[in-house]
Amino acid sequence: MAMTVAVKKKKKWSREDKIFHAVVYIIFGIFTLLCAYPFYYLLICTVSNSQMVDMGKVILWPEGIHFRNYMEIFKVQNLGNAAMISVFRTVIGTTASLLASAYMAYLFTKENMWKRKLWYRMTVITMYFSAGMIPVYLNNQMLHLTNTFWIYILPGLVSVYNMILIKTSIESMPAELEESAFLDGAGYLKRFIHIVLPLQKPILATVALFIAVGHWNDFFTTKLYITDTKLYTLQYLLYELLNQIQAASQQIEYEVNSQALASALTPTGIRLTLTAIVTIPIMIVYPFIQKFYVKGIMIGAVKG
Amino acid sequence: MKNLISADRRKKWNDVKLFLLVLPVLAVVFLFSYAPLWGWSFAFFQYKPGKSLFDSAFVGLENFKVLFGNVVMRKNLIRVLQNTFGIHLLGYLFTPLPMLFAIMLSEVRGTKFKKVVQSITTLPNFISWVILFSLTTSLFGASGLVNTIFKGMGAEHQVVDFLTSNKHVWLTQVLLQQWKGLGWSSIIYFAAIAGLDQELFEAAQVDGAGRLKRIWYITIPQLIPTYFVLLIMSIGNFLNTGVDQYLAFGNALNKARIEVLDLYVYNLGVGSGQISFSVAVGIMKSLVAFALFFFANTISKKVRGTSVF
Repeated sequence: MAMTVAVKKKKKWSREDKIFHAVVYIIFGIFTLLCAYPFYYLLICTVSNSQMVDMGKVILWPEGIHFRNYMEIFKVQNLGNAAMISVFRTVIGTTASLLASAYMAYLFTKENMWKRKLWYRMTVITMYFSAGMIPVYLNNQMLHLTNTFWIYILPGLVSVYNMILIKTSIESMPAELEESAFLDGAGYLKRFIHIVLPLQKPILATVALFIAVGHWNDFFTTKLYITDTKLYTLQYLLYELLNQIQAASQQIEYEVNSQALASALTPTGIRLTLTAIVTIPIMIVYPFIQKFYVKGIMIGAVKG
Repeated sequence: MKNLISADRRKKWNDVKLFLLVLPVLAVVFLFSYAPLWGWSFAFFQYKPGKSLFDSAFVGLENFKVLFGNVVMRKNLIRVLQNTFGIHLLGYLFTPLPMLFAIMLSEVRGTKFKKVVQSITTLPNFISWVILFSLTTSLFGASGLVNTIFKGMGAEHQVVDFLTSNKHVWLTQVLLQQWKGLGWSSIIYFAAIAGLDQELFEAAQVDGAGRLKRIWYITIPQLIPTYFVLLIMSIGNFLNTGVDQYLAFGNALNKARIEVLDLYVYNLGVGSGQISFSVAVGIMKSLVAFALFFFANTISKKVRGTSVF
C-alpha cells in the first residue's frame, strides 16, 4: 500500500516502468484470453448452427443462434438419469464428507484424546501412502460396493486434506468460546454442533466447494466400479461418448443411442452440449470458491 | 485423597471417551485405506480372475522376478517409468512460472486487471480432464477449429491431429497441465508476496533501485524458500501421477508415450486381468512413493523446520 502511494507521488514513470507494464499487460492479456477462449468457444458452439460449427465458421461469435441443442439433449437416452446420479452423489457425498471430516477435525483438536498423536499420524499418512489401485479395488469389491451408489460416497467419506484445513481453522478459534458452553455441561457432540460448526462457516463453505467439485468431476470411480448404466454419471457419459468418437475416428457415423436422436442433433452438437452441461455448474459455483480459496491454500501450504 | 483419585479417573475416562467418539470415523479411514493392504497378498500368488485366492498357487517372489526378468515385462516397465519421469521432469522446468506469474502481476497497479486475470486463469483448475479433453478436441482435433481453418486456407499438409499424434506427447501433456494449473499454483505466491515487508522496497526505491532490480534483489530472494519447499514436497508425489489425465487423453496411437506408471497398473490389472503382476507393480510403487515422501519430509524439516509431521 505504502509503495503505491510513494509511486503515485512520483507521478512520472521511468522508461523501465513503462516497458515493464506494457510487457506485463501483453503477456497476461494473451494468457487470460487463452484461458477464457475455450470456454467461450464451447458456449457459442452449442447455440450455433451445427453445420457452421463443423465448417469452422464459428470463431468469434455465434452463427444462426438456436437453443435446440439444450432442449433436445435430455432426450438422449440415460442422460436425465445420469444427471440425477451426478447431482445426488455431489449433494449427498459432499454433505456426508463435510460432516465426517469436520467431526474428525474437531475431535483431533482435543489434545487429551487417548493416543491422539498416533491416530492423527495414521490418518495423515494415508494422503501419501496408498495400498494401490488394485488392492483398493479388491477391498471395495469384498465390501460389496461395486455397482452400488455407495461406492461414490463411502470410500471418500473422510477427506484427510480437508480435515487438516478444518482442524487448523478450529485451532485458531479462541478456546473460551467453547469453554463457556463446557461450563454449562454440554458434551462434545453438542459443542461440535452448536458452537464449532456455526463458527467455522467460512472454512466449511470453502471445503464443501472443494469436495463438491471433486465429486462432480470424478469419472474414474464409475469407470472402475460401475457397469450398471443406471448408475452412470454425466462425466462418465461424456468420457464414454468421447471414447466412442475417437474409436470410430473422425466423421464416420457412430452409434449414440441413435433411436433417441432422430432429431436435429449432430454428433458434435451432442458432445459440445454435454460438455457445456457439465462445465456450466462449475462456472456458477466457481466465484464462490474464489472468494475463499486464498485462505484455504494458505493453510494447506503450511501443512504441505 | 479420595477426591484426587476420582478426579484422575474422570480425566482418564474423558480421554478414552474422546477416542471412542472419533472411533467411527477412524474406522472408515482404516477400512478404506489400511484394510486394502490384504490385497498385497495377491502379488505372491498366481491369481486368475474368477478363482479364489486359496485355489491359486503360491509363487513367492516369482511375480516380482518375472517383472524384471521377462523381456516384454521389463521393456514395458522401463517404458512406463520413462514416461512418468519424462513428463514429470519436463513439468519441473515450468515450476518457476507460478512464482514469476505472481511477481509480475503483483507489480501491476490496475487492481481490476489483476482481478480479472486471476479469476479467469484460475478457472481451468476446476474442470475435469474429460472436459478439457472435449475442449481440446474441439480446438485441436482432426476436425477441430484449428485444422478446419488450415484446411480452409488450403494448407492441407499442415493438418495435424494433435491429440492422436504420437509425437511430442510429453510436451503436449505438460503444456495442458500448465494451462490448467498455472493460475491456481500462483495463488500461494500472491499470498507470500502480500506478506512481504514493504519497508525494504521503499528503502530500495529511495536508493534508486528500479523495478527490475527490486524484483531481482528483494522479491525473488524472499520467495525462494517457498519455491523450494513446494518443489521438495512435490518430490513426494513424484510417482503419483493419477490416471484421469492420461485416461482421457490416451488412445491406441499415443499409448506407448502416454502410459504412466499409474495407468500401467490400471491397464495391467483391469484391462488385461493380470491382477498378480499389477499388484506387484503397485506394491513397488507404493513403497518407493512412501520412501520419496519420507525423504522429502525430512529435507523439508531440516531446511525450513516445517514438515507434515
